[in-house]
Amino acid sequence: MTDMDPAHLVSDRYREYSLRHFDGKSRRVLVVDHEVPFPDGKLIVSRTDSQGIITHANQAFIDMSGYTRDELIGEPHYILRHPDMPAAAFKDLWDTLGRGEKWHGYVKNLRKDGAYYWVYATAIPNIRENQVVGYTSVRRKPSRTRINACIELYARMRAEEASHDAATHSQP
Amino acid sequence: MTLQLTVSPDFTPDHIAGWYVFNTWLQRHLGTRIHLELYDDFTSQRQAIAADKVDLIYANPYDAAMLVREKGFSAIAAPINQPDEAVIAVAAGSAFHMVEDLQPGLRIVNTSDPDVNLIGMIMLEPADLNKDNTKTQQVNSYVLVAKNLLTGKADVGFFLKDAFDALSAVILRQLKVLVSSQISVVRHTLLIGPRCGAMKETLRSLLLSMAQPGSDGKGVLESLGLEGWEDQDQEATEFMIDLMDTLTE
Repeated sequence: MTDMDPAHLVSDRYREYSLRHFDGKSRRVLVVDHEVPFPDGKLIVSRTDSQGIITHANQAFIDMSGYTRDELIGEPHYILRHPDMPAAAFKDLWDTLGRGEKWHGYVKNLRKDGAYYWVYATAIPNIRENQVVGYTSVRRKPSRTRINACIELYARMRAEEASHDAATHSQP
Repeated sequence: MTLQLTVSPDFTPDHIAGWYVFNTWLQRHLGTRIHLELYDDFTSQRQAIAADKVDLIYANPYDAAMLVREKGFSAIAAPINQPDEAVIAVAAGSAFHMVEDLQPGLRIVNTSDPDVNLIGMIMLEPADLNKDNTKTQQVNSYVLVAKNLLTGKADVGFFLKDAFDALSAVILRQLKVLVSSQISVVRHTLLIGPRCGAMKETLRSLLLSMAQPGSDGKGVLESLGLEGWEDQDQEATEFMIDLMDTLTE
């Protein structure tokens, strides 16, 4: 997965982060403080294989992410990862799916143009003949009340994660 | 053996005769006796399914999960360009202009159509509304949903989009759409039960040929209000079931 390109951004005022993912890969992401509202009546639908690689994206996913279908298929789902999201949220997602259970949560997603959109996401394992062959994720429009609660909660969680990382790195 | 055919009870009343025509057409082409049983409601249809009294069913997507995963049904075909979409509407003079205007205590009127009700409640979520802070009244038809809105007995109504569009112009002028779903992949499917697995491919070919030029099935499709059937393989159905699973609690 390539780093984000400033030429694609919706604004030239952006912040830069380096995100490290569970598979050891890092990516430079560029963030613009601009929210794109979730479209009324639509669902964003995607499927991944058992490794989290995108295998299906519906038109709403393409429209909201800002990527083309070709740019999404074959990429890890964390192409949407926004640095404002705490790592613990995604750990909970994968732990829950690993138990074969359904996961729900509010997620701030990063678009190709650096803007963001909030979703209420549900993910489930796709089970065929008793085997997990992939995952389906469906995102729908969240309430503003819930988003505001998550903004505060996720900021606290990220602060705790940062202080934990600092303590870990300062140990001899 | 006489096969038992049934149709999801949310079919439009205008097409009752069409399903009998379809049944006759199917019997002639398959050379098999088929009995069409139309149930008044989802509860009685589900009881018949539980008692293994159904072989072929034009199933609501909400019931497809149970039919495929618990009763061993397989998908054969789905109607072309006929997704199940839901509309939330209010009376034209209502003070509500968007979902976010709606408040707890909201009075909802709906039918027993399970997928429309599921999608309808999901479309209320942006207003922090759910079954615990709303009141729902269930009626027998979408015309009655509209009537309850026009008489002020309910604040919002849930409609199947096709049924909403089929309301008379006089009624439509007195209603206002707050939101309409655009999901595209949730739709009814024709499913075949495990007792009839041997005729699955024959039936699939027959259905897919109905809209072809010169086919005597074209008039039958018209009486059902369908453009035609398209192939719906098992994985496409499993995908739809997974998607429905993400939408239920």
